[in-house]
Amino acid sequence: MPDVRANPDAEPIVSLKEVHKRFGDNHVLRGVSLDVGRGEVVAIIGKSGSGKSTALRCMDYLETIDSGAITVCGHRVDQHDVDLKALRLDIGIVFQSYNLFPHLTVEENIMLAPRSVKKMPKSEARQLAHRMLGQVGLLEKASQYPEQLSGGQQQRAAIARSLAMEPKVMLFDEVTSALDPQLTGEVLRVIEDLAAKGMTMIMVTHEMNFARRVASTIVFMNDGKIWEQGDASILNNPQTEALQDFLRNEL
Amino acid sequence: MNASFAMGYLTFLLQGALWTVGLSVIALLWGGASALVVALCRISPLRSLRVATALYIQLVQGTPVLVIIFLIYFGLPSLGWSVSPLLAASLSLSIYVSAYLGESWRASIQSVPRAQWETAECLALSRLQRMSKVILPQAVRIATPPTVGFMVQIIKNTSLASIVGFIELVRAGQIINNTIFQPFLIYLLIAILYFGMCYPLSILSRRLEIRGSDKAYA
Amino acid sequence: MNLDFSVLLGREPMIIQGLFLTIKLTLVATLCGFCVGTFCAIGKRGSIAWLRRVCTCYVEAIRNTPLLVQIFLVYFGISNLGLSLNAVTVAMIALTINLGAYTAEIMRAGFDSIERGQLEAAETLGLSKRQIYWHVILKQALERVYPALASQFVLLMLASSICSQISAEELTAVANFIQSDTYRPLETYVVVGLLYVLLSLALRALLWLVGLALFTRRRKLGTLI
Repeated sequence: MPDVRANPDAEPIVSLKEVHKRFGDNHVLRGVSLDVGRGEVVAIIGKSGSGKSTALRCMDYLETIDSGAITVCGHRVDQHDVDLKALRLDIGIVFQSYNLFPHLTVEENIMLAPRSVKKMPKSEARQLAHRMLGQVGLLEKASQYPEQLSGGQQQRAAIARSLAMEPKVMLFDEVTSALDPQLTGEVLRVIEDLAAKGMTMIMVTHEMNFARRVASTIVFMNDGKIWEQGDASILNNPQTEALQDFLRNEL
Repeated sequence: MNASFAMGYLTFLLQGALWTVGLSVIALLWGGASALVVALCRISPLRSLRVATALYIQLVQGTPVLVIIFLIYFGLPSLGWSVSPLLAASLSLSIYVSAYLGESWRASIQSVPRAQWETAECLALSRLQRMSKVILPQAVRIATPPTVGFMVQIIKNTSLASIVGFIELVRAGQIINNTIFQPFLIYLLIAILYFGMCYPLSILSRRLEIRGSDKAYA
Repeated sequence: MNLDFSVLLGREPMIIQGLFLTIKLTLVATLCGFCVGTFCAIGKRGSIAWLRRVCTCYVEAIRNTPLLVQIFLVYFGISNLGLSLNAVTVAMIALTINLGAYTAEIMRAGFDSIERGQLEAAETLGLSKRQIYWHVILKQALERVYPALASQFVLLMLASSICSQISAEELTAVANFIQSDTYRPLETYVVVGLLYVLLSLALRALLWLVGLALFTRRRKLGTLI
């Protein structure tokens, strides 16, 4: 597992401090604190309802938090006056259901944001899109529509779409959970490739072996809090009963 | 204009509104009965019947209601039949309803899941029994929201009867206007009365649709 | 029963004029009504509370009152304002207002059908609200509701017959004139009725072609979104 972490004393690029979030009566996040350094690959694991996806979504202002602080690339995401456009230029997020735009071709999907947000000219955007597609191995699908692609291909296209905006941090929200098992490999390969290139990544995942292999830090969440945190060895030596139970069920 | 005049006019207007409702009910009953026939013919095993009905629907749906009214009111007398405004309006609206509602009901019947037809067949029911005991009851449930919504269209289209002199709400208002010469005010009042009749039906139709989709069965 | 269709010969110029006016009314009202309706649908989903309320009232008021009454209200309302517009312009305004409300409902349903995930993806890519509407919502919604919209446009064309009541000389008004002149109502209205049927078929065909041209994905793949 490559260790491309920068100076560990440097400012964390993503920082959550005592984050609380409620959905109605449901106290989903009960004081989550997490620091992620530049180049780190963090895998968040835990059972459904533990708050992992919510924590991830809060980082990109898809959910607002009730209390606590979130800082991403210098942006205070918990403040109401956060510069959303600048924030979203720095963060890329890939969803479980890919969310490609079905009425646009694959390359148009990727070209949309660079042209609209960064005002990139069309030909330059197309070259960028093709470069991204090449990186995820989908160049020959550029003029096809999402519905003509398999699930794994669509997810890779979604990753390419986020990468095209050159984010500093990539968030992955259970990106292989909706895929047939034989299609997850191609997506995980792309993610592993990204990690090797030094991208700071936070991924919510159920793929234990992948996390073990690629992540520099594994975070176990349960009941809205982080119960254990460390490198892959915590999976071999779970300290808490919750993690022991979880690992037992996963096997 | 003093109060008693105003009351008199208002009463006249409300009587017109009553006739609007009456004409709508006539159109719904006559048209509804015809619509059932149309719907069943559209899915008949006899090809000629299916085609003839489809043609009928295309013709009616491609002609403005006003033209149908004129055709009947002015056209039939030249064949020797005398036609009152009420008859002309009732007949034309019924034709209009039979085509639109017939298509809508046909779609409802056809959206009853295939499995239901097959089950009914396997239970050795005759075609008539299949229709009346299994398919139609379910089709009725599916058809209810759009039919309630269509009643709004019927009520609005009765306004066209005013053009051939039938004294429903619009005509009543026009008659009053000939005395007081306040057309904008009168039409505003007429609009409010129509709104009072149609809006509750629109809301009901929407509510039925939501309830229907909640109880969707495979 | 002695039918004599020959009385209509020699009236072709008038009939064609009426036909053209019907077509003109339909096209103008369709384009303007569509724009009005789309803006209204956007307004109904917006964050400005009074705009939402105004759009809702407009849509409900129009959809629950007859076109005939609306036309008279516009006609007398305009003359109350002291303006004198010709009948065709008044007709276009009334038809636009009418179609706008129906379009608003159809487009709103289209907008609501766009999955939330797509909107989130667009947001997180940094697109502004306006960009999301234009690139993600509008085009897709339009493709999804196009059949309903096309039906509404055809209904509008048929409803334009009501404009005969404010002396716009469209096809039905021409029919009324001819039949009162020739004493051949049956022949006249049968022919005019058939003309409307042909017109509605032609309009449907035209709209289908427009749909093919606009929705490239649909043309290439033949599937629904």
